[in-house]
Amino acid sequence: MSKVVLPTKGPLLSGKGWTVFFVALIVVCAVAPMLNLLVPRESMFYMSDYAVALVGKIMCYAICALAMDLIWGYTGILSLGHGMFFALGGYMMGMYLMRQIGRDGNYKSDLPDFMVFLDWKTLPWHWTFSDSFVMTLILIVAVPGLIAFVFGFFAFRSRIKGVYFSIITQAMTFAAMLLFFRNETGFGGNNGFTDFKRILGIPIATQEMRMTLFALTGATLLGFFLFSKWLIGSKFGRVLQAIRDAETRVMFSGYNPLPYKLTIWVISAIMCGVAGALYVPQVGIINPGEMSAANSIEIAVWAAVGGRATLIGPIIGAFIVNGAKSWLTVAYPEYWLYFLGALFIAVTLFLPNGIVGLVRKWRSKDKKALSDGRLEAQRALAASEGVEPSALPPIAVEPKGARA
Amino acid sequence: MLRRLLHSALLAALLAATGAHALTVDEARAIASGDTEARIAALDKAVLTADEKTAAFIQAMADDAVKYTADKVFVMKDDKGYDPVTGVEAKVPDDAEDVVNNNLMRGAFDAAQAVLQLTSKDEKVRAEAAQALLKEPSESRLPAVERALAAETNPSIKAQLELVRAASMLNSADAAKRIDAAKALAERKSPDIKLLLNQRLADETDAGVKSAIVASIERIDGALVWGDRINAVFSGISLGSVLLLAALGLAITYGLMGVINMAHGELMMIGAYATYVMQGIFQRYVPESMFGLYLVAAIPVSFLAAALVGAVLERGVIRFLYGRPLETLLATWGISLMLQQMVRSLFGAQNVGVENPGWMSGGFTMLSNVTLPWNRIGIIIFAVLVLLAMGWLIGRTRLGLFVRGVTQNRPIASCMGVNTARIDTYAFALGSGIAGLAGCALSQIGNVGPDLGQSYIVDSFMVVVMGGVGQLAGTVYAAMGLGILNKFIEGWAGAVLAKIAVLVFIIIFIQKRPQGIFAMKGRSAEA
Repeated sequence: MSKVVLPTKGPLLSGKGWTVFFVALIVVCAVAPMLNLLVPRESMFYMSDYAVALVGKIMCYAICALAMDLIWGYTGILSLGHGMFFALGGYMMGMYLMRQIGRDGNYKSDLPDFMVFLDWKTLPWHWTFSDSFVMTLILIVAVPGLIAFVFGFFAFRSRIKGVYFSIITQAMTFAAMLLFFRNETGFGGNNGFTDFKRILGIPIATQEMRMTLFALTGATLLGFFLFSKWLIGSKFGRVLQAIRDAETRVMFSGYNPLPYKLTIWVISAIMCGVAGALYVPQVGIINPGEMSAANSIEIAVWAAVGGRATLIGPIIGAFIVNGAKSWLTVAYPEYWLYFLGALFIAVTLFLPNGIVGLVRKWRSKDKKALSDGRLEAQRALAASEGVEPSALPPIAVEPKGARA
Repeated sequence: MLRRLLHSALLAALLAATGAHALTVDEARAIASGDTEARIAALDKAVLTADEKTAAFIQAMADDAVKYTADKVFVMKDDKGYDPVTGVEAKVPDDAEDVVNNNLMRGAFDAAQAVLQLTSKDEKVRAEAAQALLKEPSESRLPAVERALAAETNPSIKAQLELVRAASMLNSADAAKRIDAAKALAERKSPDIKLLLNQRLADETDAGVKSAIVASIERIDGALVWGDRINAVFSGISLGSVLLLAALGLAITYGLMGVINMAHGELMMIGAYATYVMQGIFQRYVPESMFGLYLVAAIPVSFLAAALVGAVLERGVIRFLYGRPLETLLATWGISLMLQQMVRSLFGAQNVGVENPGWMSGGFTMLSNVTLPWNRIGIIIFAVLVLLAMGWLIGRTRLGLFVRGVTQNRPIASCMGVNTARIDTYAFALGSGIAGLAGCALSQIGNVGPDLGQSYIVDSFMVVVMGGVGQLAGTVYAAMGLGILNKFIEGWAGAVLAKIAVLVFIIIFIQKRPQGIFAMKGRSAEA
């Protein structure tokens, strides 16, 4: 009887990986804010408010892309409903911010302006906790998490998967969007929430507050990245990948996929909710448009562009696509959709493993060339620096489940 | 004979007594300034003795072309002031103010104009005026209605005027008159009369009148209930055929071929824009009498346009992605974005106007509260025709046989000498062409704009998934079922909540029957 050798569990990040991680953390939490606050405007190192706001926003998107990678890249479940979880987190934060306006609104009322406008006398029941920051923080996690749990429980229990699951999540988001567009649901209808003034009593428009939010977003993104990395490396993560590649076989091996799928689905939804909550105070508006089908699909595209099942890829993808978006929509507004559309097609046709996959391909070619020649020494050197497999998550094979 | 003589004598006496006397300056000022209630009272009084000048003045008031000072009123025309009584040009002082009309005032002007039109020589104008007055009944206009009633010769307008009289008396101070009015109104079984009675019931204090009104409302309800049912079923079937048209093409591209075609909505959009282009061509190059035929010409054009785009997409992108449904989803979504932008670049970001041809506008009146619009009837018939044509094409022709063969067992079909790649292209083009036909039909009932496809894509997928993938009959049942369900919920919950309820229903339904209404029989363990 041959002995089955399981791959040994590598460290969370290699030595070099940790260095990169800490550099990123310092850049996000200290250097960028300092470049904005302390460096004089004339200096070439000055980071404009616009740039900070943009990067802050994209970091929120990157959290969504990371969440998408967990559920799509590693579990093979394409969600077209992540826009809804993002918006739910945003709305929870938005409700708190609306209450923080206090009597400084246009109507000088305790109620948010839009309620005065609709001639409402009291707060609706679901606004009960919106004046407490702690409760808001809990709700940001609880609301998307609970909705994801209920929806996921029923969907996974009746073994809805693949395309069916995608389409149903899209219908769910669509229904939620219609609901939030209504005035009487108490979420500000079409206009959503805007005109925020302060958070925890501190004015929201100050540069210091912006930098704090920026640093917080960056730290959250990096924290989630580390968490995802740990999760994927754990036994739990391995089962997820097994479900992705051959769910039936996993079941025949005695595993029940339901709790695994449900857990990762809820985690992923919560991550999106947190991203939404960080996004709203930085952008200053939340409305039902965030729940449109297009937004959810775009999250999938960020993940696909960067490279699925790589964790770092989706983050890169979010930065590249949104960077291009903010540049193109200003420079050539009419070409943005052509670009985005072409990107969708090009990635699916030519880059099934995304940018990270492409980079790996080049590197492995290089390595092959190196080993073919007389440069064994250099290869050994590279290995000693920790570039070798332990630093890179394994994706030698095209994830089968992700396609079916 | 004697009766008629008596009538005309009475009429002559009436006219002599009231006598159409000319508009006076005081009257004009009372209508133009003061608080709303006093103005309406003055207006109603002036209407009873109106002449052409009064009519012209009321028109000017309704057009916001009147200014006033403390003692004078001016009708404004091309920045010059005219005296409303003499019609002579007059200098407008700088402190003259514009007349401001609120909605109540505008309603009173409409009613006043309707009263004036009651004496028109044109029967159509009189009938319309009577119709309009029924919406704004007021006791103050009663004398004018009585007079018109005495002079009216057309029996249908007369009946209408009698209703107006009854409706006007409904607010009378005399309780006996109110009871008579309520009874008289019950003769006409229409929703607007019911609305009038309900409005009165809310303010009514007299118990006798109340019971008379309630009895009348019940009589009307008894007659209306069937109309409501027919309306709900008809609009349900009509919505169902829209859903069916939108989903039929997808039943081929997604149901048979397994391509998650997110650009399906945009192929419909292409069909709708093809219809718009055909309309433009007919407007420009074809005699006006033939204009109504543009829609007929647009049917093949929209099919071919969408089919061509579909064929190009299949050859260029989709064929490389067969068997990878989630990737077809992403790629076709990209295609849909590009097609939307293309339409924006070509036709602008705004919606374009597509007119109903003459034979599609108007409707067929079945009951007092049931009018079936021709364009809706047209869509139902069209959906049935498209369905039959598609059923025949897939079930009875050689091409259909090949399509079925290739989708069921590609290797065997290939061994039998079928060019499977070409069949894929044909099948995809067929599905796209049917989407184009749907777009052509939708151009007759909704907005045609770059977002057209987005509003139907979720619905289309819901219908196909619900019906059971690859099942034509299931698609039909799902479309009709969802359409009718939607309209019935809409009756008591409103359009948006109905839509949400239906989506939630579908989500639950799919939980119970993941394979749709008709499950595909087979042994495949994987969905």
